[in-house]
Amino acid sequence: MKRFAALFNAIDQSNKTTVKVEALAAYFSDANEDDKLWTIALFSGRRPKRAVTTTRLREWGAEAAGIPLWLFEEAYPIVGDLAETIALVLPANTTTSDLTLSHWINALRALSDVEEPARKTFVLDAWQQLGGTERFLFNKLITGGFRVGISQKLMTRALSKATGKPEPELAHRLMGNWHPDDISWHALIEAEDASADASRPYPFYLAYALEDGPESLDNPDDWRAEWKWDGIRGQLILRDGAYYVWSRGEELMTDRFPELARAIDHIPPGTVLDGELLVWQAEADHPSSFNALQPRIGRKTVPKKLLSEAPVVLHAYDLLEWQGKDMRDTPFGERRALLENALHNLPGDVPVRLSPQLRFDSWSALGDYRDAAREVQAEGVMLKRADSPYLAGRKKGDWWKWKLDPLTIDAVMIYAQAGSGRRANLFTDFTFAVWNGNDLVPFTKAYSGLTDAEFKSITAWVRKNTLQRFGPVRQVTPHHVFEIAFEGIQASSRHKSGVALRFPRMSRWRKDKPLQEANTLADLNEMLRIYG
Amino acid sequence: MTRDPVLRFTDKGIYCPAGDFYIDPWRPVTRALITHGHADHARDGMGSYLATHAALPVMRHRLGDITAEGISFGEIRQIGDAKVSFHPAGHVPGSAQIRIEVAGEVWVASGDYKVIDDGLSEPFEPVQCHHFITESTFGLPVFRWTEQSDVAADLNAWWRGCAAAGKTAFLGAYALGKAQRLMTMLDPDIGPILTHGAVENTNAVLRDQGIPLPETVPVTAELTPKDFSGALVLSPPSALGSKWARRFGPQESAFASGWMALRGVRRRRAGDRGFVISDHADWGGLLWAIRETGAENIYVTHGYTDIFTRYLNENGWNAQVVPTEFEGETLDAGDAA
Repeated sequence: MKRFAALFNAIDQSNKTTVKVEALAAYFSDANEDDKLWTIALFSGRRPKRAVTTTRLREWGAEAAGIPLWLFEEAYPIVGDLAETIALVLPANTTTSDLTLSHWINALRALSDVEEPARKTFVLDAWQQLGGTERFLFNKLITGGFRVGISQKLMTRALSKATGKPEPELAHRLMGNWHPDDISWHALIEAEDASADASRPYPFYLAYALEDGPESLDNPDDWRAEWKWDGIRGQLILRDGAYYVWSRGEELMTDRFPELARAIDHIPPGTVLDGELLVWQAEADHPSSFNALQPRIGRKTVPKKLLSEAPVVLHAYDLLEWQGKDMRDTPFGERRALLENALHNLPGDVPVRLSPQLRFDSWSALGDYRDAAREVQAEGVMLKRADSPYLAGRKKGDWWKWKLDPLTIDAVMIYAQAGSGRRANLFTDFTFAVWNGNDLVPFTKAYSGLTDAEFKSITAWVRKNTLQRFGPVRQVTPHHVFEIAFEGIQASSRHKSGVALRFPRMSRWRKDKPLQEANTLADLNEMLRIYG
Repeated sequence: MTRDPVLRFTDKGIYCPAGDFYIDPWRPVTRALITHGHADHARDGMGSYLATHAALPVMRHRLGDITAEGISFGEIRQIGDAKVSFHPAGHVPGSAQIRIEVAGEVWVASGDYKVIDDGLSEPFEPVQCHHFITESTFGLPVFRWTEQSDVAADLNAWWRGCAAAGKTAFLGAYALGKAQRLMTMLDPDIGPILTHGAVENTNAVLRDQGIPLPETVPVTAELTPKDFSGALVLSPPSALGSKWARRFGPQESAFASGWMALRGVRRRRAGDRGFVISDHADWGGLLWAIRETGAENIYVTHGYTDIFTRYLNENGWNAQVVPTEFEGETLDAGDAA
């Protein structure tokens, strides 16, 4: 664990990506293979099965620290991280340990076979042997979630430095459904044939937002446009007579979309499509709102009723693999032509469709499409350079999203809650209300959009203007008005106000606006009528 | 017959009716007793000030022309019906706890304090009393300081690494107390110690009153950074990463504060590194100090007052929260911590 702790400290103590990549590359060169494999797994969100519940962990931590549980629970939100809180309250370690990261992981996994008293003994014993960062990391192995600012991009860069393999190949190797239980470092990173896994997706290419309109992109003829859908970005993989559905967050979601199995009979194996999963009623000419998709994401198995109420159609806009061949270096225009061919003449009951291209001969014509995006439940338009390859990750230059301006409403802050992690101790999570007569009706929460300095300033204000505390939530004096920006609005029976917003965030702190001039529930309902 | 308590908590600060004076008041009053020179304790506009001889020079430097009188540690002064004396709080040089005795009842207002000897401030001395007013800036069990010598070793290793990489090391710390304490922890063999004007002004005052400090070079407009390769620059946290700092070229920055014990704060505030070093007592230090006073009645101010008070009450003390103007300023004005 010492080597892993040293790596973690090196990464955690620096803001510079070069330093992080250097530290990781050194680790990938000199750590043992099991540790390296687990490190990749941990930093990409894969973790050992939870051996101990967090409830027990809190109890044992408080007990070992000799403090009452309530005191532990009070300290936790201030620290903002459970693993760290435990590491901090425990007395200093009495011995040290030379055991490796993978040893500790295996020991934790073996715990699922023993009774609780033995688990407790093991955990308490580990706490005595591990100090500082090692103890924190041990706890993290149990609670999960290593957020150390190591993106997939940085990890592949470091691996590339350590192994000499090209980054795109490594990015592809790290995708998909692998787990350290079933694969070795050698098989994952070094072996010749890394494509053996039929389910393995390609790294998604992500677009940057176009802030100032497309004029700077020069000639419209070089570009192709599509709707920017508000669904789930997904890859449909058809290989060896089976199908796999991956989300952009690298989650395998095949079971959630059983209707896509129909594609197996009509699209040849060795095909990978990139597109948007959308709920699409047969009689409608546009998708339902994102809200209709929510229940489909929330569950692993889909009841029949939900399948018919919220049928999902993949709107394909790119072809990444065709006839078993990686197509990503082929120019977009050619990929698109092949895609159109592949989806041509599909029977109507196959839930895969071509996402249409928008014909335009000038940027202003494209602007007209963008203005009309809400009418087809789209968020704006996508621009793709006709001769561009399919890159991995977020890259500037070839793909742009030109989104609609968000809807906005001026609302009053009424509750505040501290954030966690990096935002622990700062009030960053707020509830906002609009006027209904003389009452303030809460209608949304928002967490983002302010600068660090603004969060700091509002935090100081919240501390001095707390009316009441409900656990971690503080009711504050209604005083501050914020402009809330959001992408869409829907009727919702789950919310007191009757509406649910899509992507709400604080776009401006309206210090100029008196409390009484914030918007009203009637304003909100009017927006619901127009845009809902 | 009930009589006035020895100390009362008012909207101007802690008031002693028997002596008609305030302790660390935050609004103008006729007579102020000051625990130490930090800005949130020694404010402008008092009719007269009483503080330790060691605390006064900084106060005069900061507050300008004030009517002030010095007192030695342990010296007893009769003010009205109150018998007053100042005792080391270990927070910064000259910082004091103030003991007030009226008709045999003893109260101690501790101001800010830490219980370890930092090698620079007069070390904390527990004072027996019936009523103890304690701060609680770090009154949570997650705060437990490591030995100063261990932090010094980390600090010097970081500086050495910066120097070896051809970078200037910027260390942010409060200009009064923390900065000087850090100076004494630094290994002068690594390179020169440069200082921001705010730090150097305080250095000058402390040197004048006979406190020995390591040699420092003030950063002036004329100073040529490349003449000082391998240097460490001590500055207020606000100067880190500023235009003023950037002219030194390649650099790393660090911040020294008790808050650096929390990873979230460290990531938000620290630049490259955070060193956990505080002029306040940690959880264990607060409890030790409270126990040593023998006091039954504890008044908790500045910090995690609610939580700390509840803990004390569950453990046999009679504790209450002192409402102050500045509740919860802790983390965000906490550069001094």
